[in-house]
Amino acid sequence: MTARRRLLGWLHERPRVRGWGLFAPGAAWIVLFFLVPLVILLAYSFMPRGTYGGVVPGFTLDNYRRFFDPLYLGILQRTVLLSLLTTALCLLLGFPTAWAIARSGRWRNTLLFLAILPFWTSALVRTYATMVLLRDTGLVNALLKRLGVIDLPLHMLYTEGAVLAGLVYGALPFMILPIYSSLEKLDPALLEAAEVLGARPWARLARVVLPLTAPGIAAGCMLVFIPTLGSFVVPDLLGGAKVMMVGNLVQNQFGAARDWPFGSAASFVVMTLVLAAVMGLLQVGRREAQPEGRAE
Amino acid sequence: MPEPESVVEFRGVSRRFGGMLAVNDVTFAIRRGEFFSLLGPSGCGKTTTLRLLAGFETPDAGEVRILGRVANRERPYERGLAMVFQSYALFPHLTVARNVAFGLEQRKVRAAEVRERVARALELVRLDPATYAARMPAQLSGGQRQRVALARALVLEPRILLLDEPLGALDLKLRKQMQLELKALNRELGVTFVYVTHDQEEALAMSDRIAVMHDGRIAQLGTPAEIYESPRTAFVADFIGEANFLGGRVGDAAAGMWTVTRDDGTRMRVPDHPALRAAARVEVAVRPEWLDLSRPGEGPPGENALPATVQDVIYLGETMHVQVTLGDGTPVRVAVRNEGQLIKPLQWRRGDTCLVTWLPEDCQVLEP
Repeated sequence: MTARRRLLGWLHERPRVRGWGLFAPGAAWIVLFFLVPLVILLAYSFMPRGTYGGVVPGFTLDNYRRFFDPLYLGILQRTVLLSLLTTALCLLLGFPTAWAIARSGRWRNTLLFLAILPFWTSALVRTYATMVLLRDTGLVNALLKRLGVIDLPLHMLYTEGAVLAGLVYGALPFMILPIYSSLEKLDPALLEAAEVLGARPWARLARVVLPLTAPGIAAGCMLVFIPTLGSFVVPDLLGGAKVMMVGNLVQNQFGAARDWPFGSAASFVVMTLVLAAVMGLLQVGRREAQPEGRAE
Repeated sequence: MPEPESVVEFRGVSRRFGGMLAVNDVTFAIRRGEFFSLLGPSGCGKTTTLRLLAGFETPDAGEVRILGRVANRERPYERGLAMVFQSYALFPHLTVARNVAFGLEQRKVRAAEVRERVARALELVRLDPATYAARMPAQLSGGQRQRVALARALVLEPRILLLDEPLGALDLKLRKQMQLELKALNRELGVTFVYVTHDQEEALAMSDRIAVMHDGRIAQLGTPAEIYESPRTAFVADFIGEANFLGGRVGDAAAGMWTVTRDDGTRMRVPDHPALRAAARVEVAVRPEWLDLSRPGEGPPGENALPATVQDVIYLGETMHVQVTLGDGTPVRVAVRNEGQLIKPLQWRRGDTCLVTWLPEDCQVLEP
């Protein structure tokens, strides 16, 4: 018997070893590159900053205290607001799109392909392209001027609007895909049943479609809200220095400002927010998955 | 306004999908309170006909009338119908009670009345409200889901109930039981049932009248007995029950009977029929149970008799199917009843020569 066959035979009789063998490499990767740095960051966030940057031993809550300065709270507020707006806009745009794709018959695969097409280029390149579109001498202004709608270029780049547009654009596929997959599983006969039973279009949406696609909607909202909360490329490029989000703050602290402890603290505040949002959405998902209440 | 005798009327209704006519110039009327079945193989247009009636499809031509009014453009919820779907289409996120209450809630019925009517509807379909009201559809068996779907439709007290192959997913025994219950509900509630099925036995057992559909048209419309005993076309004869097909050329007529000469020279007599023309070809259908077997030379007088050879004998318990071939090779199936010790059926073996005999009146002349 060869060594290979002996090894396979040995494994065959030990399903637990086999299971761990499959699980361990990926788990080790995550522990090494996610958990360990996370613990280091957590430790940094409670340590004082050295005079010339870097971290010195000790324990302090100053980093967190500092974050609750109105200046930073303003950034946090803008970040949360922009993320919520982005999520809402993505939902508003994404749900009808997903619906249309799910009901498009033989065009479905083509449309799905088009929806994920933006992923084929890097987000950075796409954001630069958006700048070309929005800047004062950009395509949009040129077109509007040619059409005689405006005389002076609209100032679009480096505004909150531009950041919002960029965030929505980047996140939209993450809303469309999970909603599409739950709509696709929705039995059309349920909508017909509701219609015969007297439900007008809005009632069908509210009583049948939304409850049954809630998991997809929750997943889409999570996939949009969480990355948006931590985004820094889009606000940096489309918002300039004017529209700063927490992501930019963290990036600055770790970069130019060389204040790793404060950057770590800011990161953990955002992470806590994300965790709270996830728990909230999971709660919604669980409630929807349960009976809508019993008839007395 | 007196209620019209026909609760549903199709007048020259057509529906086209792409290049295909799914429903082709269909005209029929459904009487108040009757159990009306649309029967046919898959793709015959029966489901599209039901969907045209429900309002999920709009006719390309013709009129769909419901209770006397033209309903072509009405949405399903404006038609005053209820429907039981093939897959039941119960809302998986709602309890049994909320499923049944759905239509009442859309109609803004008071909560107390909803509760009472839901309980009554569940009792009507023999589901104990105390046990089942709070269950989720996923916790029910196929038969129970079927009953909930029925209760959800009946709770609205519709004039017309549409049923799209509602028993297809149930096992045979349960299906037989539900057939009886549906028939009883139709009689007791006075609701008109429009029932789509591909199961001819089911249609025969339950219907007051059956429309047999084929290629988007109604091949024949009549009572189960009319359709079984006087099929108009070869398709109907073949689709409903079993049939033997015998063809030949029409000869002379005498005493209301025509002589038909088959290709192998044997003769049979066929009753008068408008489709018969002297010297034209004719096709007749004869049910296996209308045929009998005799020893050569012993055929009963006055009956048609064709010589044949036994190919196979299939014992089925209450009947015995004897497969024979005529002189020209035409296969014929003869069903011999098992009458116990009373009349011992003749014992037939493969290779025996025999006579296939039957009353000339039992020949069903088919339209070409």
